[in-house]
Amino acid sequence: MATTSNITVRPPRVYPRGTCHSPEMIADLSRAAWEFRIQVLRMIYNYKTGHLGGAFSIAEVLTALFFHHLRLDPERPDWPERDRLIFSKGHACAMLYPCRAYRGFFPPEELMTFRALDSRLQGHPERQKLPGIEVPAGPLGHGVAIGAGMAHAARMDGRRHRVYVVLGDGELNSGPIWEGALVAAKYQLDQLVAIVDYNGVQQTGTTTHVMPTEPITDKWRAFNWHVLDIHEHNMAEVLDALDQADEVHGRPTVIIGRGTKGKGVSFMEGDSYWHGAPPTPEQFAAALQELRKGAEQWER
Amino acid sequence: MGTIVRETFGEPFSARKAYGQALVEMGEHFPNMVVLSADVSNSDHSFMFEAVYPERFFNVGIAEQALVDVAVGMAHSGKLPVANTFAFLFATRALEQVRTHCAYGEANVKLAGAYGGLSDSFDGPTHQSESDLAILRSLPNLAVVVPSDPVSIRKLLKKTLEWPGPVYFRLCRNEVIPVFHENNYDPEIGKGIVLMDGKDATIVCCGVLVARCIEAARQLARDGIFVRVVEMHTLKPVDEELTVRCARETGALVTVEEHTVIGGLGGAVAEVLAARHPVPLERVGVADRFAETGPYDALLDRYGMSRADITSAVRRALERKK
Ligand SMILES: Cc1ncc(C[n+]2csc(CCOP(=O)(O)OP(=O)(O)O)c2C)c(N)n1
Ligand SMILES: [Mg+2]
Repeated sequence: MATTSNITVRPPRVYPRGTCHSPEMIADLSRAAWEFRIQVLRMIYNYKTGHLGGAFSIAEVLTALFFHHLRLDPERPDWPERDRLIFSKGHACAMLYPCRAYRGFFPPEELMTFRALDSRLQGHPERQKLPGIEVPAGPLGHGVAIGAGMAHAARMDGRRHRVYVVLGDGELNSGPIWEGALVAAKYQLDQLVAIVDYNGVQQTGTTTHVMPTEPITDKWRAFNWHVLDIHEHNMAEVLDALDQADEVHGRPTVIIGRGTKGKGVSFMEGDSYWHGAPPTPEQFAAALQELRKGAEQWER
Repeated sequence: MGTIVRETFGEPFSARKAYGQALVEMGEHFPNMVVLSADVSNSDHSFMFEAVYPERFFNVGIAEQALVDVAVGMAHSGKLPVANTFAFLFATRALEQVRTHCAYGEANVKLAGAYGGLSDSFDGPTHQSESDLAILRSLPNLAVVVPSDPVSIRKLLKKTLEWPGPVYFRLCRNEVIPVFHENNYDPEIGKGIVLMDGKDATIVCCGVLVARCIEAARQLARDGIFVRVVEMHTLKPVDEELTVRCARETGALVTVEEHTVIGGLGGAVAEVLAARHPVPLERVGVADRFAETGPYDALLDRYGMSRADITSAVRRALERKK
């Protein structure tokens, strides 16, 4: 049962930014997000190491970015006009890798080498190994300030590409996030968009227990950011929020994506145990079944 | 008195569990001891202390700079804080706090660096700590201690808590090999321990690689090469007298550590030899580069710390002695 071979992920089509959000497109992207979860489960089960919870919760956001919103060219990962993605919550890279692979940046066959010796798929993303990884990530707290630097440089050069930073909600504990937030607001960096995976759980418990960060929208507003508050597992809301952020002028935007850590597997949801633990064979089988059901609901 | 080193090593035992158990035990010895962690208490195993002494445990969230400064505040207010997070984060993210307030300000904070060396092997280079010893060893007033096996963790943690100033206490994430006899191992901070005697050369080592060094020495003995093995668990203040004595008596030294060959144990020993008694020195460790993701033992072998790396370093040192 617990096989890790024969990968069955069907990637979605690529819908360039501006494509109208048809029900077909939403269904295709939603289904793919669930299938990427299956891929991630297999990757982490393979060597019994990796971070499931925060990978599952960011599935819809990354699928929307890679297969719709980001302007990218897999043939030219260093294309100067490309949109930048700073994946600041680097521990959840098990979801970043399938999105990049199926978008054409490297062969999906490599995905099952995740965390093996000699793999290009390091435990946390390494810039020099994989095409298109903008910066290394893992130590939390860097994304907003680096994104501010990139957005500022883009504006100096008269370039219109945009900079997206994906953050964890626990990551918001980290001081440098707020230092970067001040800088981005001071320079009115409207090419910068931060997306917070607001899944309510960090490594050692719920955010309420470990480090309360509410009221979160008020905090970002007080830092002079434009705030969008959405459900991160609702593809239509994700797509709309990304579009809305494009229309904001004179300030950076943060999208608070409310959702669930471990999304898609009932016994993983909301439980910090699944931050960094690998599943047993029984848990793997049960999880696979639930994720398949999740994908099936979007089959048309 | 019997030997310090066990004839047959014990079954591998989790270093972080040994540390967690030791923390709990110390909680009773030191009523003013408090423990802090930065949302990694299930990694560093300070959760074991939290379970017994919830009112003396603080989780500051993912905020390593605050972790150190909160501990500093407590230290200046009569508490004995043990701050826990990943080794590389003390040496990098929270370094300014460590330097200004623990080192310069002499706040009596114990910094327990989890996941030292390459031991967070699967998380990869971002989480490994190839440079922490060099960075922290350069700070005045801060002692640097690297325990090896479970007995060493327990006994050196106690000494660390008794030490009158701040200490960086570097730990391993994984299972380690018990090498010491509980009753015969009696470490003192600042004093190296001769584990095996020999006349041809001296291996000076620390941390989990002590086991590999003993094995290497035993293998060399079968080839007629007799090396002394010294556990230099304290890198700062380093045991200068013992280092000089080993140089005089054996004429060649080899340092072995889970760290870049720059500035750690190899650096400390090189400084002593250069100033007081130059002899050939070979340094075993990571060769000034970042490692990668993979199984722990495989990384130690690939990045220059295999048993063969140790024995060939000894042979090179002997060659240079001639
Ligand atoms: C600076 C830093 N401190 C600690 C860690 C260890 N760590 C890795 S992930 C994590 C929890 C992250 O929680 P959150 O940001 O909420 O991520 P998610 O729930 O999306 O997985 C911690 C503490 C780290 N990677 N970097
Ligand atoms: Mg979270």
